[in-house]
Amino acid sequence: MKFKRKDVLGLEDLTVEEINLILDTAEPMKEIMTRDIKKVPTLRGRSVITLFYEPSTRTRSSFELAAKYLGADTSSIAIATSSVQKGESLRDTAKTLEAMAADVIIIRHSAAGAPHLLARWVSARVINAGDGAHEHPTQALLDMFTIREKKGGFQGLKVAILGDITHSRVARSNIWGLTKMGAEVRVVGPATLIPPDIERLGVKVYYDWEEGLKDVDVINVLRIQLERQKKGLFPSIREYTKLYGLDQQKLQVAKPDVLVLHPGPVNRGIEISPDVQDGPHAAINEQVTNGVAVRMALLYLLMTGGEKDEISA
Amino acid sequence: MSPREKVQIMDQEGIRRALTRIAHEILEKNAGTEDLVLIGIRRRGVPLASRLSEKIKEIEGTSIPLGILDITLYRDDLSQLDYHPLVRKTEVPFSITGKKVVLVDDVLYTGRTVRAAMDALMDLGRPKLIQLAVLIDRGHRELPIRADFVGKNVPTSRKEQINVSLVEIDGEDKVTIVEKDT
Repeated sequence: MKFKRKDVLGLEDLTVEEINLILDTAEPMKEIMTRDIKKVPTLRGRSVITLFYEPSTRTRSSFELAAKYLGADTSSIAIATSSVQKGESLRDTAKTLEAMAADVIIIRHSAAGAPHLLARWVSARVINAGDGAHEHPTQALLDMFTIREKKGGFQGLKVAILGDITHSRVARSNIWGLTKMGAEVRVVGPATLIPPDIERLGVKVYYDWEEGLKDVDVINVLRIQLERQKKGLFPSIREYTKLYGLDQQKLQVAKPDVLVLHPGPVNRGIEISPDVQDGPHAAINEQVTNGVAVRMALLYLLMTGGEKDEISA
Repeated sequence: MSPREKVQIMDQEGIRRALTRIAHEILEKNAGTEDLVLIGIRRRGVPLASRLSEKIKEIEGTSIPLGILDITLYRDDLSQLDYHPLVRKTEVPFSITGKKVVLVDDVLYTGRTVRAAMDALMDLGRPKLIQLAVLIDRGHRELPIRADFVGKNVPTSRKEQINVSLVEIDGEDKVTIVEKDT
């Protein structure tokens, strides 16, 4: 099979076959991470640049390590200390990076659609590392890899996404990806944090945790963005934790072997209680490992298999 | 030979005898099974390595470690291929440092696969030595590589293709030679 895309911008437009190919390729990549010498020469001489307009620790370092394990060279642009502070536009920054012969540009931006614009402007390959509240494809792919590894597949699986759906790109990418693979996806949270027309994406909406988490196979807990409280979207952190924070009591209504995911960073004791976070159902640290493997798979698929020109055509 | 006509050059018995001889040769050359490990190159080197390990066990009564090597990420033609070779898992659940490694593959041709396999091995550790066992050596080397153990030498033209079928993968044991369409 051939992965024909120039860029990976979201789960919305990936096909089932493409998602399977990415997840299948991530498996041997994970094995490489267990070796004493965590490096293969596959992408030797290729350059990967991370361009992050928003803060990040795990996604950026995950991409950089993924590129390095595959033998590529990496460079990261921190916006706070870059020419963006002098007023350089996204387009000019992109053109500059391209002039330095970047093969892949990994971008995170607060504006939805910024990676899509970038992908049109440059011939380098572009991977979306999060754009506004739109998509975060590699997070969804690593969540799906973890689910597939633990549950064996997606068909008929009940997956609950718990928390602030409105502001979450992780939620959107997961919804597009998981529904495509045949899972039953439900979103659970307060009405003020769930967009009114979200059913159109093929999910069920629950405002009550007891109904929403009943008999689910997977709970993906979203980070509650504390600044949202200032906008009056929920009365107090304490109340949110009481009604929607995942604790042992709420876990009881799910399937006995429920898998608990969290994209991180975790607000310990707010959206998830410490005993659940550190408990046997959670795979939060494994998600981080799987994130590197999935990003290695994407970089491999984007940078091999034919000349750039014929693929982007 | 008309195009696509298949000529069988080895049958089930032929393959069995060749592997039995190679097993004896491996033991003779290495004076037993001490520090010996077998590593099959995906795909058809894997069942061949497994069969060799069984034969060695029959002869010597000792089991030797068996590994699987996927060399896709070490290929030198990844940027030229117009498809994605599926990357599979390398499964070498033991240290190869200080070991006598016998690499096993079905066909030795240009030598590029073996070059990739040796690079992959070096990234897993520092073997004491590496030897190469192949079922078929068809010539046309592009690198300075030779096999230590050969089932059958088959002089070929570059227009021909050698097809190795093995029960574990293809349902039957045979080696055929085919004229490629050009």
